[in-house]
Amino acid sequence: MTTTPSRPAVEIRDLHKSFGPLKVLKGIDFEVGQGEVVCVIGPSGSGKSTLLRCVDLLEEPTAGKIWVNGVEMTDPDVEIDAVRRGIGMVFQSFNLFPHLSVLNNLTIAQRRVLRRGRAEAERIARANLERVGLTDKADAFPAQLSGGQQQRAAIARSLSMEPKLMLFDEPTSALDPELVGDVLTVMRKLAEDGMTMMVVTHEMAFARDVADRVVFMDGGVVVEQGPPQEVLGAPKHERTRAFLSRVLDPTHVAHLGQPDQSPAPPQIPSRPADDRHHP
Amino acid sequence: MKLRRRQRERLSLGLQYLVFIAIIATVLVAADWDRLADAFFRVDIIKSMFPTIITVALRNTVLYTLGAFAFGLVFGTILALMRLSRVAPYRWVATAYIELFRGLPALLVLFLVGYGIPIAFPEREIPGGVFGSIAIGLGLTAAAYMAETIRAGIQAVPKGQMEAARTLGMSHFTAMRTIVIPQAFRIVIPPLTNELILLTKDSSLAYVLGVTAQTIEITKFGRDMLNDRVNATPLLVAGLAYLVITLPLSQVVRRLELRYAKAR
Repeated sequence: MTTTPSRPAVEIRDLHKSFGPLKVLKGIDFEVGQGEVVCVIGPSGSGKSTLLRCVDLLEEPTAGKIWVNGVEMTDPDVEIDAVRRGIGMVFQSFNLFPHLSVLNNLTIAQRRVLRRGRAEAERIARANLERVGLTDKADAFPAQLSGGQQQRAAIARSLSMEPKLMLFDEPTSALDPELVGDVLTVMRKLAEDGMTMMVVTHEMAFARDVADRVVFMDGGVVVEQGPPQEVLGAPKHERTRAFLSRVLDPTHVAHLGQPDQSPAPPQIPSRPADDRHHP
Repeated sequence: MKLRRRQRERLSLGLQYLVFIAIIATVLVAADWDRLADAFFRVDIIKSMFPTIITVALRNTVLYTLGAFAFGLVFGTILALMRLSRVAPYRWVATAYIELFRGLPALLVLFLVGYGIPIAFPEREIPGGVFGSIAIGLGLTAAAYMAETIRAGIQAVPKGQMEAARTLGMSHFTAMRTIVIPQAFRIVIPPLTNELILLTKDSSLAYVLGVTAQTIEITKFGRDMLNDRVNATPLLVAGLAYLVITLPLSQVVRRLELRYAKAR
């Protein structure tokens, strides 16, 4: 396996994906550059999660090609386990291993996949727990953690494999509102540390503040993409405008009240960068 | 006279207690306690059964049960994985085996292993003698039941667990072994314990293999004593000996379930 640093982290060419008769992705062309943070937004059913899952080959594309760090994922002979070592995936439902302590959640793949010794694996695990603010939870079991803590542990688990690319599939959608900030703070720090990230999210404030580029998907195609201030602040397409008005508080739309035009996107309510709870 | 609702309820409850007490009293008065004690509770016979019933009979019952359970667990897990395999012939073979062996009496399978195989292959011997024969004979049937239980347990582990393990770079096999199967076993502990209790009782079938004084188990020991003393007391003691195994087993499982509930 050779990785060419000059190539983008993710390259997608004419990607199609169908589930039976249902066409979910209808020709996606898409790139994520090295070190870039890309947020994918769009209505539910637009195919954004399917797109993300295709990148890690959790879904088999129907047609098209995908490269990750220069390795073609869609090659039938791809060493999928080897390529996935370089890709971290964070799920909406966390998917921590409930029968293992938090520490063992972080060490099991290091030991079984990377063949690291126990001491080294634990050292790396604890360093990553510190990164996500869960130093004191190493010996807890996932069921003893809040949703936000579970998701941060899941992020630390992925980071322990030292991936070059992190995929986030609606990482805060299953969380109580007051726990969302903790997870977003961890993700923001990760972005600031230079991690390449592809994030499917409904958190518009995160997309605006952290993303280098925002991609709006609808109906299985990329409708528009660009810097967050353009896509979120001055969307070119009617579909993007309609989506943003629906997502952001509808009462704000009424305040903007410009009857004869389609409403301009409302201001995104800003979220404090660091609203984690200090015990 | 019209009764209020609470009065009617109290009256109904009182009647039910009355019927219960009447039945118990009738039994206590009508029973011939001397004859019952003489038939089922002869202290001298109870004494003569010890310590052999513990040191030999109970020990062998536990050994046969554990042997059959271990064989069934390993073979049942293999069958469960075959049932879930992508290789179609594996699925066919496992399904056929499970359907076949769930439909056969355990006694017939035990005969087959204990007598059929030695006749068919006289130059070979089943390792472990009676122990080996009963472990395999009962284990073959138990495996069929356990395979279905374990398959259900594997399928009950959320799909996201396998996905998370695979995205960390684990192979399908490693993910199955370290993530899915350990969780599946936590799910199937209660039904597997039922199987263990059933096997404890089925181990009484060992007598058909012609056990000796060293390989005797609880039921055969009780029956031999029954013939010897022409008294039913040994059967009562044998029954209690089974409860000594099965009742603590239920307790242990309840503890395990509580402990795993924390880790789920």
